[in-house]
Amino acid sequence: MMNILGREIPEYIEGYGKVIPFEGTFKRAGIKVKKEVKLNSVTPNDKKVLCGIEEVLEKVELADGMTISFHHHLRNGDYVLNLVVAAIANRGIKNITLAASSLFPNNVPLIEHIKNGVITKIVTNYMSGPIAQEVSRGILKTPVIMHTHGGRARAIESGDLHIDVAFIAAPTSDNYGNINGLYGRSACGALGYAVADAQCADKVVAVTDNLVAYPTCPIEISQIYVDYVVQVDSIGDPAGIVSGTTKITNDPVGLKIAKMTSDVMVATGLVKNEMSFQTGAGGISLAVAAELKKYMKQHGIVGSFASGGITGYIVDMFKEGLFRTLFDVQCFDLQAIQSYVSTHKHQRMSASMYGNPDNKGAVVNNLDIVILGATEIDMNFNVNVTTGSDGAIMGGSGGHSDTAAGAKLTIIVTQLMKARLPIIVDRVTNVTTPGESIDVIVTERGIAVNPRRTDIIEKLKKTNLPIMAIEELKEVAEKMTGKPKAIELTDEIVAVIEYRDGSVIDVVRKPL
Amino acid sequence: MQINKPAKAGTMESNDIYIMIMPSPKGGIEINLQSIVMKQFGEEMEKVILDTLKELSVESIIVNAQDKGALNYTIKARIETAVKRAQ
Amino acid sequence: MPGNNPGMLQNAGILGADSIILDLEDAVSLTEKDSARILVREALKNVEYGNVEVVVRVNPFNSEFAKVDIDEIARVKPNALMIPKATEEELIAIDKMLINIESEEGFDAGSIKLIPIVETAYGLENVYSIIKSCDRIVAVLLGGEDLTSDLGIVRTKEGGEILYARNKVAVACRAMKVDSIDTPFTDTNDFEGLEIDTRKAKSLGFTGKAAISPKHIDTIQYVFAPSEAEIKHARRVLEAMEEAESEGKGVFSLDGKMVDAPIINRAKNTVELARLLGLI
Repeated sequence: MMNILGREIPEYIEGYGKVIPFEGTFKRAGIKVKKEVKLNSVTPNDKKVLCGIEEVLEKVELADGMTISFHHHLRNGDYVLNLVVAAIANRGIKNITLAASSLFPNNVPLIEHIKNGVITKIVTNYMSGPIAQEVSRGILKTPVIMHTHGGRARAIESGDLHIDVAFIAAPTSDNYGNINGLYGRSACGALGYAVADAQCADKVVAVTDNLVAYPTCPIEISQIYVDYVVQVDSIGDPAGIVSGTTKITNDPVGLKIAKMTSDVMVATGLVKNEMSFQTGAGGISLAVAAELKKYMKQHGIVGSFASGGITGYIVDMFKEGLFRTLFDVQCFDLQAIQSYVSTHKHQRMSASMYGNPDNKGAVVNNLDIVILGATEIDMNFNVNVTTGSDGAIMGGSGGHSDTAAGAKLTIIVTQLMKARLPIIVDRVTNVTTPGESIDVIVTERGIAVNPRRTDIIEKLKKTNLPIMAIEELKEVAEKMTGKPKAIELTDEIVAVIEYRDGSVIDVVRKPL
Repeated sequence: MQINKPAKAGTMESNDIYIMIMPSPKGGIEINLQSIVMKQFGEEMEKVILDTLKELSVESIIVNAQDKGALNYTIKARIETAVKRAQ
Repeated sequence: MPGNNPGMLQNAGILGADSIILDLEDAVSLTEKDSARILVREALKNVEYGNVEVVVRVNPFNSEFAKVDIDEIARVKPNALMIPKATEEELIAIDKMLINIESEEGFDAGSIKLIPIVETAYGLENVYSIIKSCDRIVAVLLGGEDLTSDLGIVRTKEGGEILYARNKVAVACRAMKVDSIDTPFTDTNDFEGLEIDTRKAKSLGFTGKAAISPKHIDTIQYVFAPSEAEIKHARRVLEAMEEAESEGKGVFSLDGKMVDAPIINRAKNTVELARLLGLI
């Protein structure tokens, strides 16, 4: 069957279940029910600290077919996921569903575990590196389920994603399971992606390399959610934890795009006191933040909040008084961690508070402007950030679909071509975020506005900015690069792209 | 034109193509192309190389090329440069 | 930008500059001169530069590369060729080459312009006659680095050592009614210094400035741009002129002052420049 975006999706997918087709960004809003959580009450005599991962697996009765979860706050420096999965494999356990909020190049050991049948299903929001390439080649027998950050929290809280055991890498934990991410040699800042797991999983284990005296302070994840605590030598490599952070682009083309984007934001009238703003961690996105900073300072504008994964650049803007508060779901660098430690105006938001559409209002609902990227954009403004134009998975929504749905103004900033590949195509290889959420595309050679946004078109007409139809922009690119040959895909579904509301917006088919 | 000796042109930078050519002992045109956009543009790039060689009247050559997303005009220019250097 | 760099050649037109200089000279190593020439030639044939003026800096005329540079590049019709260390004799010789090429290729005679670079003591002292030597000359670029090198003196940010050179070039260009382009500011990251340097050039009568980094474009255009007040005044002058014409009046005054031809001219230039810069 076709969903409303014209994507061909089966009615039932083996390893996923019955498909609810995507019908619109807020079509499934309404009454929601949260899952019941079953737990083992803890009495005064019970001790939570265990001797090692082996004992943990015994106590939680880890068995074939269970679902385990991990957060990705330690990013490419994380040790915990690989450690736990290796221990599980050692016990001869099989058919585990891995619900990791993101997977990185350092998770390459998973490939062996998949081949050996230890891990047979993956649920995640983002994947990159060898594991993503192998999954795209179809090493899993069932498709990967890809959520948005908000959608994963939704799935966990509603019970759609049931977690048997949540392993929470804890930079600091006391002996009763009070966790924070602020202190310890593997400090990573806000633990936004671990909260729903802690609250809803059957069993929760704190894995720490920094066991402190009771009670730890502050408490990000409370003892009332944690069953066991285990100490290991190291939960992660600090260098890898702050890896993947980018600097502002030095490329003149990127800087031009940033300047044009700033002009667009100002022209819409949204850059004013009490404004809220979020930008990605990519080079051009950060350059946009720098331009905005310049403008806000020049005009004495104070915003209400900046949100997202927080980088040092946003912290600078906050410190200079340009935003009253920060909403932080994950810290990307040391500066962000230090800021989070030092002031309560730099606040943590859980993944659910960030972008779950099925609660009483996520932060994305209050967002004025969000700056995002894209690997492909089609004539209907649908955006792909899940697969590259070779058809292989190289990312995932993360907060893309969530912020785009909530923000008053969603701007995609991108070069028109990346190494001869036009970003604007007739039809995206996969849809991650639907066109109705995307308002403006800014490239160095032209700006396209979603025809739905006649208000923005009017405002931009009054400027000197190069506004053109998206079809024209595509032609400009193709004139330079030539028309790319379409990637041939097989029928085999290797990933299901689930929209934040639980419906299926697209599926990833294995490239030929 | 005859290819009298090996020659190279271009760089491995983004948007460029690194061309290495040498005489072909058995005659005919042999093209070994590697590209970061092989699936999408491989066919078109090979055609540009062949057309350029034809324009230069090269009938016997081995071309090894490593492409980093060069546009057609760059491919043409680098092939021509290498061929002229091989005189 | 360096002529051997495809990425830069492709993006040159969209960085906001009014003209771009594709370089075959100092930014290209000796072993790559052929490569750059062929790449620039193909770029000129295939890349859309829109309204941006495309200038190619060829190698010095006494080098082994110059003649083949000019021959190959002129045939793909750049807007202008930039000639390093040009002398009157060299410009006359180049003019002859271009006449032949334009005729062979069917281009309008004189359509390929020339921009000599004044970067030697000789060139500086003889700038007026250098400009006079050829009709194709539309501008002169002052090359501060090579000039100070030729004079055996130190080049500084403040530029006191090139004051005479700047004065002389700006005045000679004005006398011959061609554009004068100031030497580039070489510190890529010092924007305050760039602004000061650009204002110096503007105050001496230069009509433009060269940039060695795209980051410099905004500042340079900002300095040369007419202010809001200047634009407003210019428009009022032109409106008053139209009103006077419709009333059949030959002369008119604005704010109690007589408006004559030079003032009208300046007003027209201001409005035109403002339009070009996208200010109105």
